[in-house]
Amino acid sequence: MAFNSETAAIRFGTGLSAKIAPPASVDDMLARLKGPDAMAERFPIGHFAQVEELMEKIRKLNKLRREDPDKRVEVQQRIGKLRNQAQRQQIEWLRAHMARSIFTEDGLRERLVRFWADHFTVIGKKSMWRFAVSTYVEDAIRPNITGNFAELLKTATFHPMMLMFLDQVNSVGPNSVVAARTPKRGINENLAREVLELHTLGVDGAYTQNDVFELAKLFAGLTYRRKGGFTYDAKMSEPGPETVLGKAYGGYIQDLFHVTDFLDDLAVHPDTARHLARKLVVHFISDDPDAALVAHVAAAYRDSGGDLMATYRAMLTHEAAWAMPAEKVKQPIDFVTSSMRALGVKEKKFAELKWKKIRTYVIAPMGLMGQMWENPTGPDGWAEEAEHWITPQGLAARIQWAMTVPTQLRSKLPEPVALAKTALGTRLSLELLQACDDSVDNADGVGLVFASPEFQRN
Amino acid sequence: MSISRRKFLKRAGLLGCSAAASPLLTPMSFAALPSDNRLVVIILRGGMDGLDVVQPYGDAALKGLRPTLKAGEAAGASDLDGFFALHKGLKDLMPLWDKGELGFAHAASTPYRDKRSHFDGQDLLEAGLGMDGLGRVRDGWLNRMLQVIPGVEPQTGFAIGREEMLVLTGGAPVSNWSPDTHMNLSDQSRRLLERIYHDDPLFNASVAEAIELAEVLDPKMVETDADGDDAAMMKQQMMASMRGGAHKRVAEFAANRLKENTRVAAFSINGWDTHNNQRQALRGGLSRLQDTILILKKQLGDVWGKTAVVAMTEFGRTARENGTRGTDHGTGGAMILAGGAIAGGKVFGEWPGLTEADLYQGRDLRPVMDVRDVSATVMQGLFGLDQSLLEGAIFPGLEMTGALRLTR
Repeated sequence: MAFNSETAAIRFGTGLSAKIAPPASVDDMLARLKGPDAMAERFPIGHFAQVEELMEKIRKLNKLRREDPDKRVEVQQRIGKLRNQAQRQQIEWLRAHMARSIFTEDGLRERLVRFWADHFTVIGKKSMWRFAVSTYVEDAIRPNITGNFAELLKTATFHPMMLMFLDQVNSVGPNSVVAARTPKRGINENLAREVLELHTLGVDGAYTQNDVFELAKLFAGLTYRRKGGFTYDAKMSEPGPETVLGKAYGGYIQDLFHVTDFLDDLAVHPDTARHLARKLVVHFISDDPDAALVAHVAAAYRDSGGDLMATYRAMLTHEAAWAMPAEKVKQPIDFVTSSMRALGVKEKKFAELKWKKIRTYVIAPMGLMGQMWENPTGPDGWAEEAEHWITPQGLAARIQWAMTVPTQLRSKLPEPVALAKTALGTRLSLELLQACDDSVDNADGVGLVFASPEFQRN
Repeated sequence: MSISRRKFLKRAGLLGCSAAASPLLTPMSFAALPSDNRLVVIILRGGMDGLDVVQPYGDAALKGLRPTLKAGEAAGASDLDGFFALHKGLKDLMPLWDKGELGFAHAASTPYRDKRSHFDGQDLLEAGLGMDGLGRVRDGWLNRMLQVIPGVEPQTGFAIGREEMLVLTGGAPVSNWSPDTHMNLSDQSRRLLERIYHDDPLFNASVAEAIELAEVLDPKMVETDADGDDAAMMKQQMMASMRGGAHKRVAEFAANRLKENTRVAAFSINGWDTHNNQRQALRGGLSRLQDTILILKKQLGDVWGKTAVVAMTEFGRTARENGTRGTDHGTGGAMILAGGAIAGGKVFGEWPGLTEADLYQGRDLRPVMDVRDVSATVMQGLFGLDQSLLEGAIFPGLEMTGALRLTR
């Protein structure tokens, strides 16, 4: 079995739609992906600099509060307003993120953005950074998903959100200039460990605790400054050299290029190829992936020196990518957006939906489905396994959403059987068809379509 | 979450409310169990720093290892026994300590060593296996305990919260629910859902359990008319689910189930990965843990006397403070034991010391106790389980020391 457009839309895209044609071929999918990013233009998401500006305002207000205690109440109120503004902004960015999936002709791009954003998970831990994750994805991930993995790795690793999330910003070499001045300061291993364990080699990869520590020393100096953004501060860095994975880096001038050299080497490590290939295949095709397919994708990655387009092409041209039965389960964000896409939600209506309704119809229910938007429990991001999502409570939340939210999104609901044909094509089962006929009303019928296993699996 | 794991029985369709008899079932009779006791297992995800929570402030080496993370009275901690002090974030638990309803197992760890990954660490913690179990994780030890107890019903074991709990997942039928979840279905939709899920074992098992639980837990919600109130009700439920204090709702829910026919409950408390500015970073987790234990005690009433709460984490943290006033991933850590069934007022474990030579790999608190041994000993005390079952079916490969007396 090879390419078919239905699987292309469901497994590798954002779902079927009555109005938007599915991809015509693998070449078509890859050409769109390589082409201009139309959705980013049409549904803009802000940049990290906007959140930095907001942070700057808050810093000034805090300063004012310290200097003039009489203004405390006023300052408190103004900070509260800024926080609300940031929260609203985060919701608007979610709206744009969803709109891209609902209205795109280039679904693979949206799926890959989510895949890589999850691979390089960041969580905003405090203040306005809590609302800044979308801007990190927009600035660091989205523009780099069609180039070389090394670029993506470096951009994500050096982004302020990553440096803050994994506590790199204050880590200094034990023999650095800074540590000589303030002996209590030193190394923090967090980013070094996760770069090896999660972002490149994988936990089964060829590294040891000692590599983690050596890499943490090599990373010392990577930091984020209010003014100037990402910075390599030689005064924070360890004189070196540090030997990581058997090779020495640094040891003469202290400079960022030692770190980039290391990340370039790491990107083409065979364990990285294997780990990334497996993750891609698990995300798109099977929780229990075909070993030959993984090997095929890993080989393409290795042979191309980490070229992501070549890697995707290898996955998409392998027979198993299309032949595997649909056993994955959509994550809540994919479940919700593909439902809206099939439902034919109108662009204008979606754009005008009050932000509070985005909370009630999307953010809260996704939380109950197990996906708190931009807030996974750890740096490993969201789970892949179907069993993780289809728990009694998670499934109940999906059913509840399917039965109640669609009526709020369309003034007139589609007829369930027609919707089922749109959303599922040839995957529509006789049981579901019969159930649509037997449902008490359109709302319940539509609910059954979205609640069905064939819609939730991809 | 890493991905090479968890081939649950669910996939094969073996799991669900009507799970058939497990091959591990033994001929032990229900009457042989003092089954009126309760066990609550709390997974503290992120790697709790045992040295900061139960501070060995009597060990002279501690100060040198931790220049800014203070311990003992200097940190507002409560003295426990002259050697250990309890972090001030748990000070409201001191009355329990005084009554002997709170204890700790220190320098404890799972068999997990060296790579210090949260995710592999949590897998081994919940699977209850040795290092050779990595990559072969199928089910959780708490579920395997239920597999050896005859007469277990779906609500005997209850996993609570929005996340899957591996520790309670496996071949024995258990319940999974979140206090914020509601499912309002018409009779007809329920029947139709059962029909469309019939051939998909995972969806079929989950929906059967969801329908049953929604009926038991939220009876007035299950049956609604198809008239306009759905939207208002949904809005109300959704807003409620976003309110803070989710951990308190979980604790209350657990207590309510445990007062009924639930005997084993499991849930998570997150937020222990304190690499940076630990004094601040540890507050949230500790306050959630303290709230949880206090709510359980209060809500359980008389049942508290028959209850053991065991809180455990995937690993402890480095003995030395790191360069950013936090701690990195380590090995030995602490477990928290609470409840009227616990023989507390004691820090269990032979203190390994904190000098350079004492530390594991010159860096971490050396484990002197296996987390599984502590869990097994508590389960033996509560449920009278045979040692052979504990060392075989439940924790394969464990050798219980028999040295601990943890329950009344």
